[in-house]
Amino acid sequence: MTSNNKLFGILVPIISVILGLLVGAIIMLISGHNPIAGYAALWNGAFGDAYTLGETVRRSTPYILTGMAVAFAFRANLFNIGAEGQVIVGWLAAVWVGIAIDAPMIIHLPLAIIAAILAGAVWGFIPGLLKAKLGVHEVIVTIMMNYIALFTTNEIIRNVLTEQKTTTETIHGSASLASEWLQSITYFSRVHYGILIALFAAVIMWFIMERTTLGYELKAVGYNKHASKYAGMNVSKNIILAMVIAGGFAGLAGAMEGLGTFGNISVMSSFSNVGFDGIAVALLGANTPLGVVLAAFLFGTLKQGALEMPTGAGVPTELVDIIIALIIFFVASSYIIRWALLRFTKEGK
Amino acid sequence: MEYVIEMLNIRKEFPGIVANDNITIQVRKGEIHALLGENGAGKSTLMNVLFGLYQPEKGEIKVKGEKVNITNPNIANELGIGMVHQHFMLVEPFTVTQNIILGSEPKSKTGKIDIKKAEKEIQALSDRYGLKVDPSAKISDISVGMQQRVEILKTLYRGAEVLIFDEPTAVLTPQEINELMDIMRSLIKEGKSIILITHKLKEIMEVSDRCTVIRKGKGIGTVNISETNVHELASLMVGRDVSFEIEKQPAEPKEVVLDIKDLHVKDARKVDLVKGLNLEVKAGEIVGIAGIDGNGQSELIEAITGLRKSGSGTIKLNNKDITNLNPRKVTESGVGHIPQDRHKFGLVLDYTIGENMVLQTYYQSPYSKGSILNHKEIYKKATELIEEYDVRTPSEFTKARALSGGNQQKAIIGREVDRSPDLLIAAQPTRGLDVGAIEFIHKKLVEERDKGRAVLLISFELDEILDVSDRIAVMFDGKIVANLKPEETNEQELGLLMAGSQAKRAGDSE
Repeated sequence: MTSNNKLFGILVPIISVILGLLVGAIIMLISGHNPIAGYAALWNGAFGDAYTLGETVRRSTPYILTGMAVAFAFRANLFNIGAEGQVIVGWLAAVWVGIAIDAPMIIHLPLAIIAAILAGAVWGFIPGLLKAKLGVHEVIVTIMMNYIALFTTNEIIRNVLTEQKTTTETIHGSASLASEWLQSITYFSRVHYGILIALFAAVIMWFIMERTTLGYELKAVGYNKHASKYAGMNVSKNIILAMVIAGGFAGLAGAMEGLGTFGNISVMSSFSNVGFDGIAVALLGANTPLGVVLAAFLFGTLKQGALEMPTGAGVPTELVDIIIALIIFFVASSYIIRWALLRFTKEGK
Repeated sequence: MEYVIEMLNIRKEFPGIVANDNITIQVRKGEIHALLGENGAGKSTLMNVLFGLYQPEKGEIKVKGEKVNITNPNIANELGIGMVHQHFMLVEPFTVTQNIILGSEPKSKTGKIDIKKAEKEIQALSDRYGLKVDPSAKISDISVGMQQRVEILKTLYRGAEVLIFDEPTAVLTPQEINELMDIMRSLIKEGKSIILITHKLKEIMEVSDRCTVIRKGKGIGTVNISETNVHELASLMVGRDVSFEIEKQPAEPKEVVLDIKDLHVKDARKVDLVKGLNLEVKAGEIVGIAGIDGNGQSELIEAITGLRKSGSGTIKLNNKDITNLNPRKVTESGVGHIPQDRHKFGLVLDYTIGENMVLQTYYQSPYSKGSILNHKEIYKKATELIEEYDVRTPSEFTKARALSGGNQQKAIIGREVDRSPDLLIAAQPTRGLDVGAIEFIHKKLVEERDKGRAVLLISFELDEILDVSDRIAVMFDGKIVANLKPEETNEQELGLLMAGSQAKRAGDSE
């Protein structure tokens, strides 16, 4: 029974991806495009050469972290819609430290990263505190925190970090994650060392969840608050901690953008969606670190590959958004897939 | 003799197990036919086959001698089979009538629901079977016993000839159980037939005509109640002789372990539910708290264990004040707690049995060091406890959810007793369990007492209180109103005290 469930846990996302791509192909056919050419262009756009490969990895990096920001909270039965805002404040904090401080890299870079983590953590702490102490639903608070992050950050960029400009200056090299070596082997893509940090963070999440008393408490609180209280755990503390750590992951994703990809921060007219996409990544990755890493790479691949589709096959990039939506739809309706699988295996016998 | 329902040689398989293996049950018209079996014996599966929720692999079902194919519950309804579920399926803010007509609403010519007409019909049905249900009352305002009657009316309103009662007494008070028995008898008088699913032998002996026993998925046979007794039924069900007598020596109480003085506790709505309670439990004795549900028992336990803050008064454990300490501190000072609701409080159902076994001790050595868990030690402990407390589970890595109620409870008891607490609180420790598990749990409680622990037992089953306790404290309206010896009292006296007759005499100012 347990092994069956594990098998389903792996099969459902895989089948969902295949179904999503299949239905995507049908849509291409109906709209008069060649699906084989379309997917070939997608593949080339993501893995065609060293440059696209580098960009795919670059694009996947923040998804790993925002995916974990959602997944980590979800394990404690909290729905962190606030990854978006946590990314923005993390990005801002990283760039701010990157510009304002002069220090050797060994101090400057960690300092900028820690600032991003702390900023995201504070953005997670507030909804966590309100949930734990006053029972305010975290979904509502995190959504509001997203807007506060967006508009406050824009204000700070315009009036504090610059004088009425829309983009800050570039961070000092001593705070940069960019790697000349990585760029040189990928034809100057924007891939940076952040991918190592993201993968390391995934290991950290796994370790916390599976190997520490903290993870044991967080999961227990997520599964059953009453039994956790009965067992002597501090439910409020665990709720707050889960949101703080989740926010920290998302803040780190902001550091990836600020210290790695862009090296600055610009006024945003709307959300970047890196945080919101984290919800889909977590769902597809079944809230496990390994699953999130794999799902993040899939998202990075699809989004990067999509850029090649209009030129390579005349397929609009929006098709990839449809495919992603379909994959999420199939994961969310995993019940149907389970049912179909059960029937299939039954008849196979 | 005419049979209304015949299920012949039914076989139902699930992946990996045979839930029903060649079971035959034949129900005569106008009889109460009990279906007896331990938890997990396959009673529910069999009834779900009859109700059309499962399709059997083998066997046939006949209704009034005609072979039928029941592929979904609607067909079962049309054939006059109705189910009174253990967990009521009622919409709380709706009235009785609205609930009953839900799904088959009588319409007037303009398409409006004809509530008046429905109310009249329901009133008539209620009068005919002596159900005394008010059709216009809201579900949220009526008692659990009344809600069950609404479920009965629901099946009657849909024209049921055969009523299946799934563990109907599990949620009822002793008085309500008696009333339910009367209702069942009057249903029979009106020509209905009843299948009664239960594992409570006394009820079967009292109300049913015949009884079909199943054990581990196999049909054991059908017996006439007039030709059998409780002991025979129990051994048929369990497959071995069961002792109902609890073997225990007279208690040798020693020093006071739990000392509660003038305790006041409010419930979630800020209503005082424990009102100046005094209670002592000594080492080496089992004190049973008898009382009707809702007289402050839950609040009392929650106050002792730290799950709820008390308003005033003191709780001392071994002469140390533990009033309003948090649950962890209470546990650490030597309290074990078998909670009333094992799914809500006792277990994290999605955790493995191993993980559940260290629910209060995971942060201590050897289960963790420097906040890193040691899974090897955790599962080693779990294997030991599974062995010692006879928890039947495929492995220590199985999720708690997958275990039967009895085995879940054994796991909890193993965990709580293993910490060697000075005070063991057992709240309804045998609720919903079968005789085999009940026997085991009672034995463990007595063993703990003999080891010199103080045991506080809270139960709504008077039998359990009378059999297991060394001293009985009757709780009524938030106070202990009497302290009795079990050998010097009886169910009648306890029943009266529980209903508050003596408390009134004492001149309660409220």
